[in-house]
Amino acid sequence: MTGRGLLPVAAAVAVLAVIPFLGISGSLLNLMIFMMIIALAAQGWNVLGGYGGLSSFGHAAFFGVGAYAMAILQARYGLNAWLALVIGIALGALFGAFIGFLSFRSGLKGSYFALVTLAFAEVARILANSANFTGGAAGTILNLQSGVAFLQFADRRVFLLVVLAFVAIGLLATWWLEHSRFGAYLVALRENDQAAQALGVDVFTVKLKAIALSAALTAASGCLYAQDYLFVDANIAFGSWISIEALFAAIVGGAGTVLGPLIGAIVLLGLGELTKGLSGGIPGLDLLVFGVILVLCVAFSPNGLVTLLRRLGIERRGFPAKTAKEA
Amino acid sequence: MLRVEKLTKRFSGLLAVDAASLSVEQGSITGLIGPNGAGKTTLFAMIAGFLASDGGAVIYEDKDITGLKPHVRARDGIARTFQIVQPFEGLDVQQNIAVGAYMHTASQAEAMRQAAEIAQRVGLGGELAKASSGLTVAGRKRLELARALATRPRLLLLDEVLAGLNPSEIRDVIPMIRAIRDQGITILMIEHIMQAVMNLCDRVFVLSQGKMIAEGEPAAVCADPNVIEAYLGHGAAARLKLESAADA
Repeated sequence: MTGRGLLPVAAAVAVLAVIPFLGISGSLLNLMIFMMIIALAAQGWNVLGGYGGLSSFGHAAFFGVGAYAMAILQARYGLNAWLALVIGIALGALFGAFIGFLSFRSGLKGSYFALVTLAFAEVARILANSANFTGGAAGTILNLQSGVAFLQFADRRVFLLVVLAFVAIGLLATWWLEHSRFGAYLVALRENDQAAQALGVDVFTVKLKAIALSAALTAASGCLYAQDYLFVDANIAFGSWISIEALFAAIVGGAGTVLGPLIGAIVLLGLGELTKGLSGGIPGLDLLVFGVILVLCVAFSPNGLVTLLRRLGIERRGFPAKTAKEA
Repeated sequence: MLRVEKLTKRFSGLLAVDAASLSVEQGSITGLIGPNGAGKTTLFAMIAGFLASDGGAVIYEDKDITGLKPHVRARDGIARTFQIVQPFEGLDVQQNIAVGAYMHTASQAEAMRQAAEIAQRVGLGGELAKASSGLTVAGRKRLELARALATRPRLLLLDEVLAGLNPSEIRDVIPMIRAIRDQGITILMIEHIMQAVMNLCDRVFVLSQGKMIAEGEPAAVCADPNVIEAYLGHGAAARLKLESAADA
């Protein structure tokens, strides 16, 4: 296997790893951490929605499972943070496989699949909001304990590097999709699942693995979010905001591309923050900007910002990156 | 190699395929013909596993595969093309074929190499990087064929691969199909173009209104009054006979 296409990935990670050490302000550092968390959630969405063509409106379900697992396992059961992280990711993947099993067995796709995922996320939100186990509407607070063992760092730049490491894993996983049989099968079923079956692709199993991988990445994002803010409640963990951020960042950046979700998250949150600053904090203005960006994207670069870069020759095309519209 | 026994398919009130049986000899090219709407494609879909049958059995290499999913049958060596071509639109020609080649290798480099080789064989060698949506009708038919061949099938089901091609394209594809058989791949083909059927097929089955009405060598089947009536209407065979008698 060649390393074709890994160069831009390595360059992006390197640049992002260096920025925090250039003496940036604390609030900018916080923004960067948040961007990376959203980028990770979007990378998860991209595996299923971008490569598999199965658009989920409910990735909050996986984000929330990760976030709550992280909080409850530590606060209630005193588990080590790193162990909680691993369990949180595993539970997310399991929940993804469960939803996938139910939806794909009955052949759901398109808007029906989107609605089912949305329903699962909403049910989870309502349950988490009312159960004692999750702390109900009051949420769950994590203890402030500094140290590597607690995955909390006095120097927040270190935490950024941890999150960035996960984003790098997400990038590598996506790069692998573009260079593996599994990824080729996933794209094939996106383009035409009848034809894929005729060529021996077990579409059910491929979809199931894809949603598990997708959910695992987004659950990791939820775990890190909980660890960053040391608090979760139902509206944060399972709220539709994160489902929207995840799919928005992936689509604006370029669904079905390696760097798309990362670029999308940086651009969207960056511009959102910029307008918040410039508008003197008029509530809702950043959302307006989101909407305008979406309109501009659809008008000028319907396959995402990455295709703009590609036109400039910065990113090379991998196996499945090209989408129907572009062709 | 393949035996279809009393296969039946019912779409609510409509009996699309009515206890149809056929058999395909190892190493042969067998034709399946019949008027439009006879149920040929439905029968094909049941053989390939895309439609569940309402009765009967599909026996492949002495194994009952009636209940198996399409991807399992594909891995067992049954490949099909679609009458209405189904390319992976967003992928280029080489990538399309590579999806089939991945059945026997997990390596991208190897799958792409095999894809290029097969593209060469079906005459798409110069269009590897072309988007599949940019191909001509003839090109798409070749792509269907190439993808199916990439899975290295033992039995190839061709659903009207010649339809929509012009006479010179048909002349190009006929030897290609014969060459595929000569490599040891058994072929069952649905075809309307009689020139091709007479030219290629060792044996022909005729399906009409869901029922198998005739079988045999192509020339004999074409002279069969039942077959003539199925195509040209009731009484046509008798009329033709009268006319030819009058001419003589």
